[in-house]
Amino acid sequence: MTSLTAIAVTAAYGPRHVLHECSFALGSGEVVAIVGPNGAGKSTLLRVLAGLLRPTAGRVLLDGEDLAALSRSEVARRIAVVPQLFDTLFPFTVREVVALGRTARLGAFGRASADDLAAVDRAIGELELEALAARRIDRLSGGERQRAVLAMALAQETAVLLLDEPTVHLDPGHQLATLDLLRELGQRRQLAVCAVLHDLNLASAFATRIVAIADGRIFREGTPLEVIKSDLIETVFGNGLEVIARDGHPGVLPRAPHATAGN
Amino acid sequence: MRTIGILTVLAVALVVSAAAGILVGAVAIGPSDVFAALFGSNDVNGTIIRELRLPRVLGAALVGGALATAGALLQGLLRNPLADPFVTGTSAGATLAAVAAIVLGLAAPLVPIAAFAGALVTVTLVWRLARLGGGTTVLTVLLAGVVLTSFAGAVVTFLLVSSDRLALQLRAVLGWLQGGVSVISWPELGVAALVVALGLGFALVLAHRVDAYAFGEETAATLGVDPDRTTTAVLGATALLSGAAVALAGLVGFVGLVIPHALRFVIGATHRRLVPASFLAGATALVLADLGARTIIAPAELPIGAITGLIGAPFFLALLVRSRRVVV
Repeated sequence: MTSLTAIAVTAAYGPRHVLHECSFALGSGEVVAIVGPNGAGKSTLLRVLAGLLRPTAGRVLLDGEDLAALSRSEVARRIAVVPQLFDTLFPFTVREVVALGRTARLGAFGRASADDLAAVDRAIGELELEALAARRIDRLSGGERQRAVLAMALAQETAVLLLDEPTVHLDPGHQLATLDLLRELGQRRQLAVCAVLHDLNLASAFATRIVAIADGRIFREGTPLEVIKSDLIETVFGNGLEVIARDGHPGVLPRAPHATAGN
Repeated sequence: MRTIGILTVLAVALVVSAAAGILVGAVAIGPSDVFAALFGSNDVNGTIIRELRLPRVLGAALVGGALATAGALLQGLLRNPLADPFVTGTSAGATLAAVAAIVLGLAAPLVPIAAFAGALVTVTLVWRLARLGGGTTVLTVLLAGVVLTSFAGAVVTFLLVSSDRLALQLRAVLGWLQGGVSVISWPELGVAALVVALGLGFALVLAHRVDAYAFGEETAATLGVDPDRTTTAVLGATALLSGAAVALAGLVGFVGLVIPHALRFVIGATHRRLVPASFLAGATALVLADLGARTIIAPAELPIGAITGLIGAPFFLALLVRSRRVVV
């Protein structure tokens, strides 16, 4: 069991406060989605949880240890982060990209051990990238590149997996496929998964728990049914969205234009 | 296996080019006489081979290897296939510092140290400017390089014109500025070899961490690289290599840009392989360029920088056109 906990975290870029006293806990087997409008502080919360941004107040604990006291290499062995942008101009092969996940564990001069090679093979297998392993990453489609970067994070063999809008460059079919895969991998490896998601319907279908952020504060958290309700949606996202439910999963649809015009 | 094969081919190419560089020259000397001269005959052939051709070939190899290695590191760190010590202005900064050291009348061994310091200041400046650009750093780096090179050039001109000491040897200094390895002494070579070895050692140790920069500095951090320490070390290694190259040969352009870029398509982007391959290929390229510089219009000589510019500049332009979609 692993846990990543933020306690009353406040964070700022220069003088501008982006997060105010956010408290949040993530445990093994969970899949948590962070949702909220643009500029609410979703990505900032993720960066704080990853130890990339030091909070100005409050603490982040990884299994009880203060994240700020751990080196980058120690953090990388326990928390993997899937970046939002994964463009490179260099002709790395897919296998080389996945192997980057082992950076924190390599020996002198970047020598890979048998464990390193096994972890890379396993990640490539889990994301069904065998056929693409020797292909150049800069020649792949967006969806294929996304899978390669996901495999890179899995090769880190961490207990925590953080993702910043993992579906933002994908079409709806690939969005669903990626999130299904994540959920399944999270269960199989007993990972603590937390993803920033823009799409409320995807968050509802994918997450065991949703955290809604607005203006740098955690507005509400709970199961999709507890969070995606008309009062919250209207307060956080404005009145252009209507909450619907199907098979116990809540979702949102845009209201027809004539319906919003009068409001 | 493929990697070892490619590195072996590159090493053989370097040895063959070096042999050609020693055998061929303005004065025709037969292979057996060259062989005898290398091992101590005291006639004029001995002097030509041991005091002129051999240091010159070794100097060219060191300069080429250093610049290509520095180019590979800079491209990886800045995520920019169009970076090298020359186009980023790093070489110009090293030149300015070296000329300033000469003007101030510092002892000869201090000139390479000044070149290193100048390179370090400039490359750090370029890196900071590149960071301001955020995601699209390619053009920012090139513009920063243009500005820094112009500025350093202006100051060098000012120093040249206003200093009696330099004006007296204007021709020699100008030759050095255009890039040349024609007059290299053994002590100079020894110091440069040590510095380049140090820089190359750093580059090999840092190589796998530079790979982690492929998706940016923040992802490098999440992969377990301490970005501040690694960046500082990579910039330091780049400055050692560029400073040594400038101290030996002045401004030699485009080797650092063309060699790593071309090699990526042969040996792949992984720096653990790219760094040693760049060193070997860069050394070979400059030995051959120097051979061309002293034979094309023999008995007159071209500066080596003119040869690398003739070949490198069009290559650079082609790259710029090809990568325009990612540059802007």
